Amino acid sequence: MKIHEYQAKEILRSFGVPVPESKIAFSVQEAEKAAAEIGLPVVVKAQIHAGGRGKGGGVKFAPTAQDVTRYANDILGMTLITHQTGPEGNLVKKVLIEAASNIDRELYAGIVMDRATSKVTFMVSTEGGMEIEKVAEETPEKIVKVAVDTAVGLQAFQARQMAFALNLTGDAFKNGVKFLMALYKAYIGTDASIFEINPLVVTKEGAVIALDAKANFDDNALYRHKDITALRDLDEEEPLEIEAGRSGLNYIKLDGNIGCMVNGAGLAMGTMDIIKLTGGEPANFLDVGGAASAETVEKGFKIILSDGSVKAVLINIFGGIVRCDRVAKGVIEAIKNIDTKVPIVVRLQGTNAEEGKKLLEESGMNIIAATELRDAAEKVVATLKTIEA
Amino acid sequence: MSVLVDKNTKLVVQGITGSEGAFHTQQMIEYGTNVVAGVTPGKGGQLFMDKIPIHNTMRGAVAKTGANASVIFVPPPFAADAIMEAAEAGVALVVCITEGIPTLDMLKVHEYLKKYPKTTLIGPNCPGVITPGEAKIGIMPGFIHKPGTIGIISRSGTLTYEAVHQLCEAGLGQSTAIGIGGDPIIGTKHLDAVKLLNEDPKTEAIVLIGEIGGSDEEDAAAYIAKHVDKPVVAFIAGQTAPPGKRMGHAGAIIAGGKGTAEEKMKALAAAGIHVVKSPADIGKKMKEVLGK
Repeated sequence: MKIHEYQAKEILRSFGVPVPESKIAFSVQEAEKAAAEIGLPVVVKAQIHAGGRGKGGGVKFAPTAQDVTRYANDILGMTLITHQTGPEGNLVKKVLIEAASNIDRELYAGIVMDRATSKVTFMVSTEGGMEIEKVAEETPEKIVKVAVDTAVGLQAFQARQMAFALNLTGDAFKNGVKFLMALYKAYIGTDASIFEINPLVVTKEGAVIALDAKANFDDNALYRHKDITALRDLDEEEPLEIEAGRSGLNYIKLDGNIGCMVNGAGLAMGTMDIIKLTGGEPANFLDVGGAASAETVEKGFKIILSDGSVKAVLINIFGGIVRCDRVAKGVIEAIKNIDTKVPIVVRLQGTNAEEGKKLLEESGMNIIAATELRDAAEKVVATLKTIEA
Repeated sequence: MSVLVDKNTKLVVQGITGSEGAFHTQQMIEYGTNVVAGVTPGKGGQLFMDKIPIHNTMRGAVAKTGANASVIFVPPPFAADAIMEAAEAGVALVVCITEGIPTLDMLKVHEYLKKYPKTTLIGPNCPGVITPGEAKIGIMPGFIHKPGTIGIISRSGTLTYEAVHQLCEAGLGQSTAIGIGGDPIIGTKHLDAVKLLNEDPKTEAIVLIGEIGGSDEEDAAAYIAKHVDKPVVAFIAGQTAPPGKRMGHAGAIIAGGKGTAEEKMKALAAAGIHVVKSPADIGKKMKEVLGK
């Protein structure tokens, strides 16, 4: 789960990680009040989940009260387009008013779970303010990685290794070590999956602070962090994906026009792939779970058909322990309850596949039956071409 | 021969009294798996289906029955603990079916298992392992499989069934099918499973099914290029998956431009592996490669 910068900073602050003084504002008046309380100059920062806000015009330095008013006015309600939002952009509903820092150097610090080594791993770099993927590609030697043994936690010597690698000296060195130790505690304490502090700044006074903060959390661990679960912002998510989640389905909207419903994540991805290879474009990823029931199929249908661009649907169910004749009955029942003109190709494979196919064919409904994967993909793409022609 | 599981496997089911555990225990017994005990803390002394003794602890179950494998159906908050308990009790194989275990819990398990090098963990978030005609440990439909010589390794459940179905259609049976799981941290990775099947004399060829996220398929490819002479057919799911979105499995995500299907397919092809673009071509390709 993703959260906003201001929320991430509140969490960091609670774990003793230094962040600039800041206040969240939902209106121009709140922004003005916040700036007056914090003291000028401040920075006005759009709060959306996507990165690249500065380049998109969502982060402005405001030396005077007039600037605060002007920028808060500009940014609140703007549709911010960045390389991460896509062309449609994100509506900005809140701004963070933050004390401006007296920046000496801009560095980078991140924590991730490195899948290759199965270790929580720090990444630090002197190249702050840049995209870390770019640094990794162009100057990989400028990224220093430190793997943590989670049984004992981050050790002081490891934090010193990183502080030295960041060329920190004097007070900044001491503050840097403290910063990294606290950052690790916050990561573990919240079941985070990614922390990214970019830039991590060293001020002219020798303070080390998180000027920006990005945090993602492990969805599987949210059950033990009610406080973090409460930070979810539904405005930042695709409405159909939220709806699917409420029904216990895994749905991701894509740009094509062939809706698909599959049991199992791997087969669902494989089905999207074969639609594309056959000359079609998948409209979504939808995994209804290993054992597809009439109820889940019906819910899935409603979600797929809520996407207006869907012109045909492919249902691909590999009936394992659930028999295909039962799945067929469920599919027929679900289609009966949903009034749709969209052609539906249903592929059932596994136990009693033939019986399932027969039931579909004899249902008298707008269903095209298939038993093999390739056949199903060809049929759905052909159907679509007939409609378009 | 086969790998990990055969008719001599003596299995304990952890979480045998839960609805999933109970259902799949019956399915496994029907398939011929030798289920010797169950474990549900607090229900020790009772019988499951009037015949299988339930124990309070894994230690108790192993001491009484000489079990050498366990399968886990306990809910996510308790599953990591169940894996460690199984390893500590000394079983050689632990198959964890549970989906949704927190990553930090699995990190602890990963470190803990280093103390038990004789224990192999399969999963979590996996369908399990089957040696057709002998035994199955997990939730896969046994009857779609046929005994034979093709080993299968996969991160996905139903996509594995799809591959099995295609192999059977092509007249090719399976030696052992290993569902390694869709999580970012798993006990047995593609590479480990490749080593097992490569050393198994009964396995003539390998089907490797991967998906977006991580670099485990690339690691397996590097090993195969150097050490594996058996033919390998591979498919990578998620060629059309958008970056930054988790595709159902916790581990299936293209992050920071890494872990794409394209990268993986390239690495596999460079290692001399027969990579198919379409998931419908797995069986056909294997038949062609084996010249059957």
